[in-house]
Amino acid sequence: MRLLPLAMLMVPALGLAGGGYVTLPGGSYKSVLAYEDTGGTVTLAPFELMKRPVTNAEFLKFVRRLPQWQRDRVPSVFAESRYLAHWASATALGSAALPEQPVVMVSWFAASAYCEAAGARLPTWNEWEYAAAADATRADARADPAWREQILSWYAKPSNQPLAEVGQSPANHYGVQDLHGLVWEWTEDYASMLVSADNRTQQEQDRLQFCGAGAIAMDDRENYAVLMRVALLSSMEAANLTSNLGFRCARSIDEGTP
Amino acid sequence: MKTHTRRMLVLVMMLTLAACQQPAPVTAAPEDTGGSAKGDFGPPVGEPIEAILTAPPLVPPATGRKQPAKVVVNLEVREIEKEISEGVTYTFWTFGGTVPGSFIRIRQGDTVEFHLNNHPDSKMPHNIDLHAVTGPGGGAASSFTAPGHSSQFTFKALNAGLYVYHCATAPVGMHVANGMYGLILVEPPEGLPAVDKEYYVMQGDFYTVGKYREKGLQPFDMQKAIEENATYVLFNGSEGALLGDNALPAKVGETVRLYVGNGGPNLSSSFHVIGEIFDKVWFEGGTRYQENVQTTMVPAGGSAIVEFRAEVPGTSVIVDHALFRAFNKGALGMLKFEGPEDKTIYSGKEIDSVYLGDKAASAAPVAAAAQAAATGALTLEQQVKSGEALFAGTCSTCHQSNGAGLPNVFPPLAKSDYLNADKDRAIAIILNGLSGPVTVNGASYNSVMPPMSQLNDDEIANILTYTYNSWDNAGGQISAADVARVRAATPRPEGAAH
Repeated sequence: MRLLPLAMLMVPALGLAGGGYVTLPGGSYKSVLAYEDTGGTVTLAPFELMKRPVTNAEFLKFVRRLPQWQRDRVPSVFAESRYLAHWASATALGSAALPEQPVVMVSWFAASAYCEAAGARLPTWNEWEYAAAADATRADARADPAWREQILSWYAKPSNQPLAEVGQSPANHYGVQDLHGLVWEWTEDYASMLVSADNRTQQEQDRLQFCGAGAIAMDDRENYAVLMRVALLSSMEAANLTSNLGFRCARSIDEGTP
Repeated sequence: MKTHTRRMLVLVMMLTLAACQQPAPVTAAPEDTGGSAKGDFGPPVGEPIEAILTAPPLVPPATGRKQPAKVVVNLEVREIEKEISEGVTYTFWTFGGTVPGSFIRIRQGDTVEFHLNNHPDSKMPHNIDLHAVTGPGGGAASSFTAPGHSSQFTFKALNAGLYVYHCATAPVGMHVANGMYGLILVEPPEGLPAVDKEYYVMQGDFYTVGKYREKGLQPFDMQKAIEENATYVLFNGSEGALLGDNALPAKVGETVRLYVGNGGPNLSSSFHVIGEIFDKVWFEGGTRYQENVQTTMVPAGGSAIVEFRAEVPGTSVIVDHALFRAFNKGALGMLKFEGPEDKTIYSGKEIDSVYLGDKAASAAPVAAAAQAAATGALTLEQQVKSGEALFAGTCSTCHQSNGAGLPNVFPPLAKSDYLNADKDRAIAIILNGLSGPVTVNGASYNSVMPPMSQLNDDEIANILTYTYNSWDNAGGQISAADVARVRAATPRPEGAAH
């Protein structure tokens, strides 16, 4: 009897996973972030990642099911005032938010709540970075200048154009789509990957500001494509949002639960 | 004995004093402003003032204030696609919607409440480092602002001068390469001397994936930026920003002051105005000026204030005197001076005669053609050879010996649609000159070609025959009779040169 409420919670999770999940094998790879303890080498357990970013249609289902995440009800500590402001109403999408466009203007709190309701969690930065290092044929394409240039070309596109629908870009080596060229994405631990607000400080960073393992710096200064993603995330607070920032969920495999 | 000792003492003291005074002129520089230590004139007086911000090339009016004030600056960051060259666009990141960013003008001792507003459509977080700020990062860490947010910080402007501001968000080089820089002028307490015209000119280097003038939306090229291999070097963020109708106007007799900055990110500027001598240069944007300067160095992240008087009418061209940047990467601007001629200062061309130096041998075809024309036996080949020699002496200075012209300034004759479209028009242009806008091979030009009144009908016919039979042009032959017909039909305008 005690398990029943939990089971009831899990049932609505169906329908919140959109294009479904793909499994990534994990293993060791080199992060662009220079972690103090490992020098940047990161080992990941196998995990599952949503094939595509969460869409407006999927997020609409979520706020209908959990009305406390509707824009007129959410506490301002969890989402700033522009939360889902491009939707026609608290429970309708309208012309500025097409069903298959990635949902944006969502705070980290809202994104986390969505993934939780879907029986999942946000990916860690390392999981995201690992998945996003791939191109269509290689698991790690990051050293290829052409690959970097392709990512940078997204920054050259004006941001006042409507977002494309999800699933338009070719799947990468792992079968994941839209990691580049569509939206920024929240990560679970984004708040611990602070880069200095002033990019030019070298040795003098205020180390007290960055606790423990979070005290990291950019190791690969040539990799602007990733550097900019880190810069964007580090400018955000968890209630913040932008018109280009969406998310997708991840699941751990070994434990069976998030 | 006593008086003698006293005299000796006085003498010794005088000697000592003289010895002490010796180094004094070296240590105490005259007219030292005292820098930041003497730049605080106390708390702001009166109601806060909203700063007037101007888009380039305009400059806000002098503050005209005698007391320190609280000045509120609201600067908006926008990421926008704009033309960098004709038919070429680029996504600029801007302070205030322009490259360079809005000009800010305050007075030394002012307290500035700075609001950096990052537009909700932005993809990136941004911040601002003002070189006029005394404090860590110049405001950068205090102004790190996510899209759709606004940051506020306050500083007191302790040093007078012309300062660069720029974005300092990771990756800094890219933010600056995309146009995130501008100028803030901190007037000295007494203000700057009044002048007739003030303009804002700022150089920057740009790195695109496509080649110079390759059409379409061009993305940033990181590798070229790291290699400092600029695709464009520009004044005020686009190739035409200060050309043609956008030339900076002044009247003869007026004193013109340019606030010059260089955003970089990489290249220093050898700032020069063709046909002008800077009467004064506040070098490095600081307190002192140098006089009578031809070219002043403006480093990346630095500035200069230059001043000169417009003495004669005409167009003066602003360049980075590292000349391939000027003629092959876009570092050109124009000042247009209007007013009466003063032939005692500058005569204009008084005599144009063919001088061929050690190529004098090539004058032979001209003589041969003249002789053949007199006997009525002139061949196409003779005309072309004669025309080639005449072209080298008269036309190649502007149109270049390969007929390619100079971008934005002198239109090409090679493969020229404008030339090939109308032979009578070509004759008329040599006879009467040409001024005003024309479009040649898709590019627009707005310069002045004087009438070539020194050429006779034979010479014009030979020059044009050479031109039409060179550089993939349409071919054909122009006769002296053709020229005579056009000459008769198009009377020379009154007051044409010569």
